[in-house]
Amino acid sequence: MRIGRGSRIGFTVFAVVVLAFVYVPIGVVTLNSFNSDRTFGWPPPGLTTQWWSLAWEAQGPRDAIMTSVKAGLGATAIALVLGSLLSLALTRYDFFGKHAISILVVLPIALPGIVTGIALQSVISNILNPVFGINAGLFTIIVGHATFCIVVVFNNVTARMRRMGGSLEAASADLGARPFTTFRLVTFPLLRSAVVAGALLAFALSFDEIVVTTFTAGPGTPTLPIWIFNNLFRPNQAPVVNVVAVVLIAVSILPVWLAQRLGGSDAAESRL
Amino acid sequence: MSSKKALAGLLAPPLLWLLVAYLGALAAIFATAFWTTDPFTNQVVREFTTENIRALFEPTYLRIIGRTLFIAVTVTVLCIVIAVPFAFFMARVAPARTRAFLVAAVLVPLWASYLVKAYAWRTMVQPGGVLENAFGSTPGYGFSAVVLTLTYLWLPYMILPVYAGFERLPGSHLEASADLGAHPLTTFRRVVLPSLLPSIAAGSIFTFSLSLGDYIAVQIVGGKLQVLGTAVLQNITLDLPFAAALGTASVVIMVAYLLAVRRTGALENL
Repeated sequence: MRIGRGSRIGFTVFAVVVLAFVYVPIGVVTLNSFNSDRTFGWPPPGLTTQWWSLAWEAQGPRDAIMTSVKAGLGATAIALVLGSLLSLALTRYDFFGKHAISILVVLPIALPGIVTGIALQSVISNILNPVFGINAGLFTIIVGHATFCIVVVFNNVTARMRRMGGSLEAASADLGARPFTTFRLVTFPLLRSAVVAGALLAFALSFDEIVVTTFTAGPGTPTLPIWIFNNLFRPNQAPVVNVVAVVLIAVSILPVWLAQRLGGSDAAESRL
Repeated sequence: MSSKKALAGLLAPPLLWLLVAYLGALAAIFATAFWTTDPFTNQVVREFTTENIRALFEPTYLRIIGRTLFIAVTVTVLCIVIAVPFAFFMARVAPARTRAFLVAAVLVPLWASYLVKAYAWRTMVQPGGVLENAFGSTPGYGFSAVVLTLTYLWLPYMILPVYAGFERLPGSHLEASADLGAHPLTTFRRVVLPSLLPSIAAGSIFTFSLSLGDYIAVQIVGGKLQVLGTAVLQNITLDLPFAAALGTASVVIMVAYLLAVRRTGALENL
């Protein structure tokens, strides 16, 4: 199929329109955070940075960012350990039920979040609270997030394990290294950047999560997305929401950019 | 023996976590769908009944399920219609050096905050907002805004697999088709589309399932629109078993969809 000049131009125009479709809304939110009109009339009558200083001083978003960071770090730490272990088991061993396990890892992200959400919520109210006295809060947010972050770490580590093959580990074993020595000196150094990429992506995913968080957060500890959602329909909070929204975009993209540099092309796509 | 022990050591912690924290919870919520609620206390009564499942087939809920399915299908079709030419442009038309840039340009919004993107569309469609200023009219909050927003949100999930599909498609097939005298459109229909089908199906799993389960974007731009997700949300505090039944319905639809697209080889393309 040869692409003629006419269709080449046609495709290019189409692509530009699609990219505009993708970026205009994000640009509008960013511009609105500088819109001097309090009700964000469009087009903006003028530009101001007063909402940014207002948001900088607001306590609500600041607390919410702290909660999000804590939840993200906790969930990432757990997902890092569990996802890597699972990946090592599934790429280097053959056993019954392997296929079922690889489906099980994907389920928390594949099934509707609201189902996962109410499932976890009922565990909190029926088991964790009455039996262990654990209330919905930071701990339950971390448990919920870790459950779906495992798959991101798993995907990144598995992709690297497949690419590097088993020959270096076999060589190490032939030279007399015990399994743990091989892991410490051969496998882990080769995996390190994929593990870090997986961790960054897991953190970004946790930072952006809202559905599962809604059901596991309890009343007192909103994460950043929950805080935005709670204030979205309050007109007097609109200026701060706009600024926090822009910050949230930047904070979720930064780790992805880093991960892509560390983990190669398949890293950033592992949200798929 | 020691390798078996090592395997058990590797598997035990993640499996314990997934089975206890996730699969257990999931099984419990599916079981709840067969329980009932005390009408006076709103407490769950653990007594087996298929009443909740039967209630799903009442006209009110059939309409909600139908509407949700219609939204999911429309969003999926729109994503395919936009993604196929765009991915073709990325893989075949654009110069090789802009390719990496285009992939990044598609990936960035994929990771940009879901909530902010839905919120962005609220500012786009609101009365007096960007669309009204640019085009003189806006669909306002409701069905069209939901379809538009969901298409926007899930589009990268379709572009990326289709792009990968185009990359895998050997250029020689296209040339052979042209050499044999096929019109570009014929080549597209008889060579490109069939080999792209698994990638499109893979992308559709995301666009379909994410649209089916969404309720946040619907709350932000949907006005009073009712979908499965919002119906689940409304029933959680008052009638958890029925909420569980509604949730189960969405899972059943999703599993049916997965089984349907499995034959295209989509699952190997994820």
